Amino acid sequence: MTTIKIDPVTRIEGHAKITLGLGDDGTLESARFHVTEFRGFEAFCRGRPVWEMPSLTARTCGICPVSHLLASAKAGDAVMGVRIPSTAVMLRRVVNLGQIIQSHALSFFHLSSPDLLLGWDADPAARNIFGLMAEEPELARRGIRLRSFGQSVIEEIAGRKVHAPGIVPGGIAHPMTAETRAMLRAGLEEAHATAAGTLSMFVEMLGRFEREIGAFGNFPSLHLGLANDAGTWEHYDGHLRFVDGAGEVVADHIEPWKYRDWIGESARVDSYLKSPYFKPLVDDDDQVMAGVYRVGPLARLNVCTTMGAPLADEALAVYRERAGGTANSSFFYHWARLIEILAATELMGGFLADDAIEHDLVRSTAGINHRHAVGVSEAPRGTLFHEYRVDGHGLLEDVNMIIATGQNNLGMNETIRQIAAEWIDGPDIPEPVLNRIEAGIRAYDPCLSCSTHALGRMPLDVELVDGGGTVVARRRRG
Amino acid sequence: MMRERRRTLTVSFDGVEVDAYVGESVLQCARRHQVDIPSLCFLEGLSVYGGCRVCVIEVAEDLRLRPACATTVAADMEVSTDSPRLKAYRKAIVELLFAEGNHVCAVCVSNGNCELQDVAVHVGMDHVRYDQRSPMRAIDASHPKYLFDPNRCILCTRCVRVCDEIEGAHVWDVGSRGQQAVLTTDLNQPWGTSTSCTWCGKCVAVCPTGSLSYQGTAVGEMHHDPKMIVRLAAARRGEWIDPEEYR
Repeated sequence: MTTIKIDPVTRIEGHAKITLGLGDDGTLESARFHVTEFRGFEAFCRGRPVWEMPSLTARTCGICPVSHLLASAKAGDAVMGVRIPSTAVMLRRVVNLGQIIQSHALSFFHLSSPDLLLGWDADPAARNIFGLMAEEPELARRGIRLRSFGQSVIEEIAGRKVHAPGIVPGGIAHPMTAETRAMLRAGLEEAHATAAGTLSMFVEMLGRFEREIGAFGNFPSLHLGLANDAGTWEHYDGHLRFVDGAGEVVADHIEPWKYRDWIGESARVDSYLKSPYFKPLVDDDDQVMAGVYRVGPLARLNVCTTMGAPLADEALAVYRERAGGTANSSFFYHWARLIEILAATELMGGFLADDAIEHDLVRSTAGINHRHAVGVSEAPRGTLFHEYRVDGHGLLEDVNMIIATGQNNLGMNETIRQIAAEWIDGPDIPEPVLNRIEAGIRAYDPCLSCSTHALGRMPLDVELVDGGGTVVARRRRG
Repeated sequence: MMRERRRTLTVSFDGVEVDAYVGESVLQCARRHQVDIPSLCFLEGLSVYGGCRVCVIEVAEDLRLRPACATTVAADMEVSTDSPRLKAYRKAIVELLFAEGNHVCAVCVSNGNCELQDVAVHVGMDHVRYDQRSPMRAIDASHPKYLFDPNRCILCTRCVRVCDEIEGAHVWDVGSRGQQAVLTTDLNQPWGTSTSCTWCGKCVAVCPTGSLSYQGTAVGEMHHDPKMIVRLAAARRGEWIDPEEYR
């Protein structure tokens, strides 16, 4: 017998498989979400200089490379033991806001709005961004322009829209010019108007989705996000905070470098995606669901007290009233995402109005002063961890990356189970149900589908298995 | 002034006759006349190595390919620089260089400022047809100022020659043989422990790839300056040359 082991289990992105298990009586017993690709970043980064790590790890993702650049650069800052210039902090924050705008815009307008606006049962051939352009051309245009604005922010400050080289250990590679600042300020007005208008439209049509709100991963869980002492929405710095499904703070003021005391990582034989869990609630590695937590827009809005931006705070109040305080339905990821876009435009306006953003001191330099460092940032999809151990010359000896999508793995499994239980009745799986399962995953905007679902069709392989292990139905897509 | 007193003869590049100085190489002559022949290991002012083979040319009636840097001009020499055969060989040579090491431009400190990358573009390389060797080579980051990444080294030996011939320190050498050949410092000791290195940085200045770089350099930030060595070498000879003419 040949045994194939893949060790370590590490980053993935791309294809997914879902297995639904039926009991002897034909009822749904289990639902599993499998990710079937291996990336290996944690392995091949070993031996590389810490200075190269931001650009190297940014290649993990083409949608949110800025998040990896920031987490990696922050780990580099910590290896050097430097406090980076305040202007560099401002620029990094603005880049991350640009990243949140462009990634959220992609998720909502390009990927999810075809379901929300054209309907779950719409013709699959037209249920995509092109169908949206035919039905709602103005909305599609505004969405595309909003994403373009976010990408421009990244390009102008960090040098390139995708895999930008300008975010480096110690700060930012180049100061911001007056021309860049003026250009971004000019584009901000339209971005803000689009964010506000889309949010209003979404709130108005929420009544159509009562069943989805109830069944798209609607369960109490912990929520993790970066937090600050002011209680405002945090996306770049600060400490870790866990709140529970009722909004009670479970753990707070956790220094990022102590994350291993609170977060465990479980690997399963049927998926390359690790399942991080809240360690204090899990005694047995087989019972990790006890420590399920979610990250991303839903969690960030549950973790913060205010958004720190006037219009976004008004939107947050409406959101919390509808969600009953703490939002626990994963369908609300969409809503939270739109509120974050609005907040990002407001906060970016504040940074760009400050003349200090043009100061030319943007980079601290130093040698290797610490052998261990953790860098954390809030990616659009959630809290991102980069942990490095280096030798005395700054060469990587060990790398651990915990990516947002992994932290939502348990939540996505539960979401699939809920959707399947709600809509599957018998061995037939109609296409609209397949679409709802897909949409349930997409609510999390997982990185694993970045490379494939840009046309609105995530490759899916759904199997319905009876109690004896026989596949009684199968639907494939992609 | 000195060059004008040189004896001249006539050669032709791709059918166009030009004057050549007696004793100069085909590559030097071509560069003076803006005839484009790519090269990597050659650097004006250093001894000729002829190892990379990127500058191969054809001379009329001779089937052998010759390195332009190590071929001396001769009277009435008919040189072909751009034939389909040469293009195919140069492209294959550059692909082999990429296949031999770990040259991943996207995450390299010299991305956008790299002679190997420029030559790859010049020869029209859009992929590598050969199996990648993907060697596991440890970086030497022991030097306080500089970093040596053998994964990006093409063994052009510019660093060996500039250290020996211009700086006079002879820190660098090529150790081992064949596929195992690798640059070494001070009889294969870590660079940071070298007692002969003067920290002058000339080796870093002439490196055509991202193999030698400054500590703390992020991706795409490394700018080498081989022309500085061209000027310096000429000054040592008591000459002034326009470094823009040379790589």
